[in-house]
Amino acid sequence: MPNLSAQANHVNDFVIKFSNVNGTGSASSNSLIMKAIFRMGVPVTGKNYFPSNIQGLPTWYEIRITRDGYAARASRIDIMVAMNAETYAKDVRELSSGGFLIYDSTWPRSSLLQRGDITVIGVPLAQLVNENFDGIRNRILLKNVAYAGLLAALIDVDLDVISGLLRESYAKKPKLLDSNTRALRLGYDYVKQHLNSPLSLRVEPMDKTRGSIMIDGNTAAGLGCVFAGATVGAWYPITPSTSLMDAFKGFCDRYRVDSQTGERNFAILQAEDELAAIGMVLGAAWNGARAFTPTSGPGISLMNEFVGLAYYAEVPCVIFDVQRVGPSTGMPTRTQQSDIMLCAYASHGDTRHVLLFPANPEECFYLSVQAFDIAEKLQTPVFVLSDLDIGMNDWMCPDLKWDDAYRPDRGKILSSDEIDKLEKFYRYVDRDDDAITYRTLPGVNPKGAYFTRGSGHNQYGVYTEDSSEYQGVLDRLKRKFSNAPRYLPKPIILGRGSNEVGIVSVGSCDGAIREALDILGKQKIEVDYLRVRAFPFNHEVEHFLKTHSTIFVVEQNRDAQLKMLLTLETAVEKSKLFSILSYSGFPMSAEPVVNGIREKLAEAPRLSVVKS
Amino acid sequence: MSYINKPRVAHPSLPTNSLGMTRRQYEGSMSTLCAGCGHDSITAAVTEACWELSMRPERLVKLSGIGCSSKTTAYFVSGAHGFNAVHGRMPSIASGANAANRELTYIGVSGDGDSLSIGIGQLVHVIRRNVNMLYLIENNGVYGLTKGQFSASADIGTKAKRGEVNATAPIDPVLLALSLGATFVARSFSGDKAQLVPLIQAGLRHNGFALIDILSPCVTFNDHEGSTKSYTFARENYHAVVEADFVPPAEEIAVEYAAGEAVPVKLHDGSQVVLRKLDPSYDATDRSAAYAYIEAKLKKHEYVTGLIHIDENSSTEFHTLNHSATLPLNSIPYEKLSPGSAALNKLMNRYR
Repeated sequence: MPNLSAQANHVNDFVIKFSNVNGTGSASSNSLIMKAIFRMGVPVTGKNYFPSNIQGLPTWYEIRITRDGYAARASRIDIMVAMNAETYAKDVRELSSGGFLIYDSTWPRSSLLQRGDITVIGVPLAQLVNENFDGIRNRILLKNVAYAGLLAALIDVDLDVISGLLRESYAKKPKLLDSNTRALRLGYDYVKQHLNSPLSLRVEPMDKTRGSIMIDGNTAAGLGCVFAGATVGAWYPITPSTSLMDAFKGFCDRYRVDSQTGERNFAILQAEDELAAIGMVLGAAWNGARAFTPTSGPGISLMNEFVGLAYYAEVPCVIFDVQRVGPSTGMPTRTQQSDIMLCAYASHGDTRHVLLFPANPEECFYLSVQAFDIAEKLQTPVFVLSDLDIGMNDWMCPDLKWDDAYRPDRGKILSSDEIDKLEKFYRYVDRDDDAITYRTLPGVNPKGAYFTRGSGHNQYGVYTEDSSEYQGVLDRLKRKFSNAPRYLPKPIILGRGSNEVGIVSVGSCDGAIREALDILGKQKIEVDYLRVRAFPFNHEVEHFLKTHSTIFVVEQNRDAQLKMLLTLETAVEKSKLFSILSYSGFPMSAEPVVNGIREKLAEAPRLSVVKS
Repeated sequence: MSYINKPRVAHPSLPTNSLGMTRRQYEGSMSTLCAGCGHDSITAAVTEACWELSMRPERLVKLSGIGCSSKTTAYFVSGAHGFNAVHGRMPSIASGANAANRELTYIGVSGDGDSLSIGIGQLVHVIRRNVNMLYLIENNGVYGLTKGQFSASADIGTKAKRGEVNATAPIDPVLLALSLGATFVARSFSGDKAQLVPLIQAGLRHNGFALIDILSPCVTFNDHEGSTKSYTFARENYHAVVEADFVPPAEEIAVEYAAGEAVPVKLHDGSQVVLRKLDPSYDATDRSAAYAYIEAKLKKHEYVTGLIHIDENSSTEFHTLNHSATLPLNSIPYEKLSPGSAALNKLMNRYR
């Protein structure tokens, strides 16, 4: 019996990586483990690294057990559950020194033992499963549950908690519950009988997940659309945004179908392409429904033409861009923040757009709701820039809350009575001197009728080729954009605020940066941190840039797009900005942030960052 | 081109419809198209149809893309909202608008360039989705605004103004719509107002997608000898196979039709279309037969007009398939749309 407890003690602080073949049902087994740990009160994060494929290619799942509640990917692997023979070599290489390798020893691999600094645990999983279950597909699926059982024994996950989860999943399928429970025990009991357990890496119950949930950003955003009162969603399927519409549909089926008549208070249009999807959204929004489309970078590229029309004709709409790796088709199942510039200036001509940047699923929920209010308030497209890491991975978040007093801010829409009181209605006259004009909806009052067009128009909404009339409208649009920050979410600022060195970042870099700040803090390096949550930038962003002498701009793309936008749209001196970039396609970890800052500070020792 | 504004005063003796409105009140701004453009005749037919139907102007929504034809939505029913979309993308705006409010009447005006080239994808899918709207293709075989290039509806052998002969096969919107299962397909000619007005009325009242392909000669770029989209060619080669009379809901069928010649089709709102067959063997309710008939005639360079196909019993209209609320989606109070805090709190348990 190998001695498995000789390693350093890592209670509630280690990383498990599962290496699987996609399409074999491993995802549900991996999330079973994750959820069980979460239910034991221990914070976890889950990152899914999957191929753009349905069946047969390698796929990985990473669970970080993090008693400190860090949201980022860790840059080490402590336990590798290597279930894909094809990637054994890579998987073994990736395991951190001192780590544990778990593999299916039905087919012994002496070559795996060549690394002296890891512990190899072989369990004849396939053999155990084949002896106990029939059917090829069944065996493949249940092998995953068996390794969940074996892992539970090794890291001390409460078997009752897992059994409870299985009972919930298969409440209506007793046969499946039985086979899954048996498979779980098969792995669990094998460890108990043949190996010393638990390992030094193990889970101990805590009380740090109460009031929290595990949710992905697309689900949260889809839920946000329901609470925002969106009734029309149009889309074209594209990874990684598809699950946002799936979620919206699921929630609508639950909350928006009349129980008596079966009538639906929503419409989802699966368009023929993204050009049509955004067109449908504009048609619906123009006609007075709250409408949205979820997509990803390639979809935004296609939507550019209509986005310009929406900007110029002032049609409110909400576009979710769940960013993935570009350019072109890129790597559809990997994460990046590389659509910032694309969205900020989408479409030809002079256009600038409002962008919102959620950093986690919780913000996906609240910012989705806000996105509709902002879009209707400003009568313009609003982009919500999430990414694959936020959108498709499960994050631990505080429970989502709702204030029943909320009512949608529909902006300046004239009722039939209000139209009657006007001598004449003009669509683009700035009556309130706030650059936001009044709109009317079709069907309400013939006096409110006007012509919506993307061609040159004057403030009366009439076609024009007159320079000053054209410029009048264009200049008002510019004023409207400049006024926008007052309606947008403010940045989040951490730190004393008086440090010389600052970090500016966006979206899903947040977890990595917060962890990096802790690490740097322990090394007595104090840095302030501002996370932008909206574009155009507000005065707080401007102030932060002004008051810090060295600013690290952390983002997940090659070309430093956030830095570009800051230099174009604020007064910051370019020479003060230093990029820390991560564009591998994997979620960011704290490591490049810590290293980037330390290296730079080593070059400039006079910077006062060290606590006195 | 004309820059003259229309006089606002109408003669008191002008006839009014049941809403007490004159034809003039169904007009729009002055057309800026070339004098003699077929599109202006179609605009007049739409105006007439809406007036006769006593449509409340604000309940009509006018949609278009880009091109000469797409400009015309500004020239009728000024009391209706209009949306001039981007080139070839009007169907998606129409689909979204219709999704938001099923109660309004939607009329889309497009051309052969807008619908059969850049926008054919959207045309195909709006037919497939069976969005309840009337879709007019003002078909002249050329791109007018860019000065006379052939469009995808140009016939083989037709001659351009500068002498170029088209060799590429045309796309026929009628055959296209029939093959896609459209439930209302018609063809007409801008010069035949008597045929066009009842077709427009029936199309507006049809429950589902209604397409009318209308030959509308371009006087500037495609009205010369050798063109198959000229006024002269149309008068000689476009013939009705079945005419449609439109009978509003409240009225009885007053005219007597010879047995076997006339088939009444009841529309969704209680109005009726009486199909008058000019070829007794023709059955407009049989889609496959209609397709075969039109295709055979086209091979002989005969252009068949009239209400080519109608299926009023189809249940594939978008909102029917979607089980949409009876009320327009844009009118449902927020209280009915939000699940509320109690539901959210309960939902949270799913994520633990």
